[in-house]
Amino acid sequence: MADFINNIFGIGDSWVGYLIAALIAAVLILHVVAVGALLFIWMERKISGRIQDRLGPTRVGGKYGWLQTLADGIKLIAKEDITPDLADRFLFKIAPYVGLAASYAAFIALPFADGVVAQHVNTAVFFVLAVLGLEVFSVILAGYASGSKWSLFGAMREAAQVVSYEVPLGMCVVVPVMICGTMNLTTIGNMQAGLFTNWLVFNDPFTFLTAIIYFTCATAGVNRAPFDLAEAESELVAGFHTEYSGLRWSLFFMAEYSSMFVVSALASILFFGGSHGPIPVGQWIGETIGGTWGLNISRIIGVGNLLLKGLIGVTVMMWIRWTFPRLRIDQVMTMCLKYCVPLAALGFIGATTWQYLDLPTANSLVGNPRYEKHEMWTEGVEVTPAADASPASGIPDPEPHQEDKTANADSVTVKTLPVSVVKGGER
Amino acid sequence: MATSKIDDPRVIEFDVRTDEMLINMGPQHPSTHGVLRLVLRTDGEVVSDVEPHLGYLHRCAEKIGENLTARQWIPYTDRMDYLAAMNMNLGWSLVIEKLLEYDLPERGRHLRVIISEMGRIASHLVAMGTYGLDLGSFTPFLYGFREREKILNLFEEACGARLTYSYLTPGGATADLPVGWTDKCRQFLNQFKEVIPELHTLLTTNSIFVSRTAGIGVMSAKMAVDYGCTGPVLRGSGVYHDLRFHGEERYTEMYEGYVFDVICADPETGKYPESNYEFHGDSLDYPEIPRQAILGDCWHRFYVRMLEVVQSVRLIEQAIEKYEATSGDWGTPIKLVQKLPAKEAYMETEAPRGQMGFYVVGNGDSIPWRVRARSSSFCNLSVTAPLCQGILLADIPAIVGSLDVVMGEIDR
Repeated sequence: MADFINNIFGIGDSWVGYLIAALIAAVLILHVVAVGALLFIWMERKISGRIQDRLGPTRVGGKYGWLQTLADGIKLIAKEDITPDLADRFLFKIAPYVGLAASYAAFIALPFADGVVAQHVNTAVFFVLAVLGLEVFSVILAGYASGSKWSLFGAMREAAQVVSYEVPLGMCVVVPVMICGTMNLTTIGNMQAGLFTNWLVFNDPFTFLTAIIYFTCATAGVNRAPFDLAEAESELVAGFHTEYSGLRWSLFFMAEYSSMFVVSALASILFFGGSHGPIPVGQWIGETIGGTWGLNISRIIGVGNLLLKGLIGVTVMMWIRWTFPRLRIDQVMTMCLKYCVPLAALGFIGATTWQYLDLPTANSLVGNPRYEKHEMWTEGVEVTPAADASPASGIPDPEPHQEDKTANADSVTVKTLPVSVVKGGER
Repeated sequence: MATSKIDDPRVIEFDVRTDEMLINMGPQHPSTHGVLRLVLRTDGEVVSDVEPHLGYLHRCAEKIGENLTARQWIPYTDRMDYLAAMNMNLGWSLVIEKLLEYDLPERGRHLRVIISEMGRIASHLVAMGTYGLDLGSFTPFLYGFREREKILNLFEEACGARLTYSYLTPGGATADLPVGWTDKCRQFLNQFKEVIPELHTLLTTNSIFVSRTAGIGVMSAKMAVDYGCTGPVLRGSGVYHDLRFHGEERYTEMYEGYVFDVICADPETGKYPESNYEFHGDSLDYPEIPRQAILGDCWHRFYVRMLEVVQSVRLIEQAIEKYEATSGDWGTPIKLVQKLPAKEAYMETEAPRGQMGFYVVGNGDSIPWRVRARSSSFCNLSVTAPLCQGILLADIPAIVGSLDVVMGEIDR
């Protein structure tokens, strides 16, 4: 994209192109974060309303109250920004931004469809997890800097809980990485193209188990109920954000909702086929139309698929939140260390054995070859550029990568086309 | 401190000891049910000591009662246990009737059973809902309130108020039930019976709920009796005591001819009375007691309340039939300036939270010489400190919530 912009302005390989490309990507992602948070908070209200036999917002913005969050946002911005006397002023003020920045940064490496990613990172899985892990800092900072005992309790709990849950979460994420042989999220997503039987969650029983544990740990990792101990209302007043008000308070929520979406989207890429629907309609349409337009249409459908899957994940989290009581801190830790970690380890060992023994997968049972890498990804216009950077050792068939390279070689023609919206990895 | 007696439950063994921290929980705190203030001594997440502080809602109700006539004080009883105002009205009415040696007509007796048991259901629904809230589950709270709202609608129809009713008065009630009220009540009960299993699914049998409450805050029967606990808190510890059975004759004769169970586990077997109450042809089964639950823990206290709701439904159904079958007067409320004889009377009734006692001394004037209320929540709250030693911070809402205290009743 940077090259494309530079080509338009005819300034060669200039930094201006990269800057503009980065800005475009940043603004697009900011929209996903901000509009996503608006949508999710509205959704949470409506869903909790339905679960609790009430209506939820009905007035602001028409019949369904979908502008309620915006109205609340305006109210929050208008509120006084109070810093308590006892607070560490600098840390207190900076804490919400740290959280928002962390969950926002995780979107950088998150592919919304094949090639629709702000920045191609070959170790995207690692990057997303590492950056999301930084979010815990904001909670700890907020709790420590507030100068309130309840906030301190929230921070202590958060530190204990989130750091513990990183362990099983990482072990669960390793399974798809191991099966696909790459840490590149785009490649992992593309390897699950085709029918839903190709999704990694149906690969073998162990990946199914791993997917469930991943979702549990992800819920705990982003502090959602029943693991929302850091802000346990009935115990800690409001936990780490007790002393916050106004916009700073709402930034915590934006961070929470966007990381909810990140972990759900990550789950759908790692286990549930990423941007590929259960039936490859988008792929089929893309092939039928063919060429650049076909590719773009299939990409748009792919983005829709991923957003939908992410939304489903978020909805499930909301459903859980409004149904279950909260766990106690020792039970949360017990669940992590006694159940999640061993089960994740079992899933890892089982999936490895399954791969090693080459046992049948759901996909091979329905007669498809395993990880059919579709024609579209290997020929002509679009490539999975990262594949050449990370030699995917786990893929049974190494030929596609050869084709990748050849395709990459003559992709100069592609770069001049105005189709690669947020395509990365080419610079 | 570490060298003190080992059997002192406040001494917790640690690998690493940290500094202790004193925290005020309340009077402004989401889970202290009003304005209870608990001073916690914590070591990390572990709470070694809890000290409840009272008096934030003290309104001199008793002193006011010594300056008003018996009927004028009725609204003040409403404001004691504001979640079961009907039962407070009943307690005061009965003690004045005892003082005046007034006997209620048959129809008024059944009316009182209907109303006070409805009040019990409403109160237990709030107790159930807020207990869910204390444990971080918001939905059962609204389910409980949804059903309570229907009861409040019925109450509103009967007396015009939704929270502070002042409906039952010495001598009967301010008015008879409106025409068609019993049908609506029956309709509500039929609908409500189907909701009860839903509430059991959401809380009683929910595994997270069980793990949060079972085995927490275990109170032995002896301790419950020693501290003067009453109501579901006492019965949750396996003490078979319900004033509707074991109370004064003047009170128990109100329930004469009614069939219902006292919900209390047999301390020998740990079993609750069989659910022999039927509706829609099926018996309303009680959910099973989880393995982890110990008699006297938070789960049992909660369970007793849930089952009592069923018994109240059963009582109301009988009461409606009896009420409709009897004709005549529902009682005549005493005069506003009724002279009280120079005698004293004390009477305890089984309010939803326990035994609510009223004491009144007359001196021949219409204004009583002395008024005193014995609050059940006050005694129930007194076990907080011994129960909350060496527990986790999150257990405090679980324990205090299971005692189901209402500060209005404690401070008066």
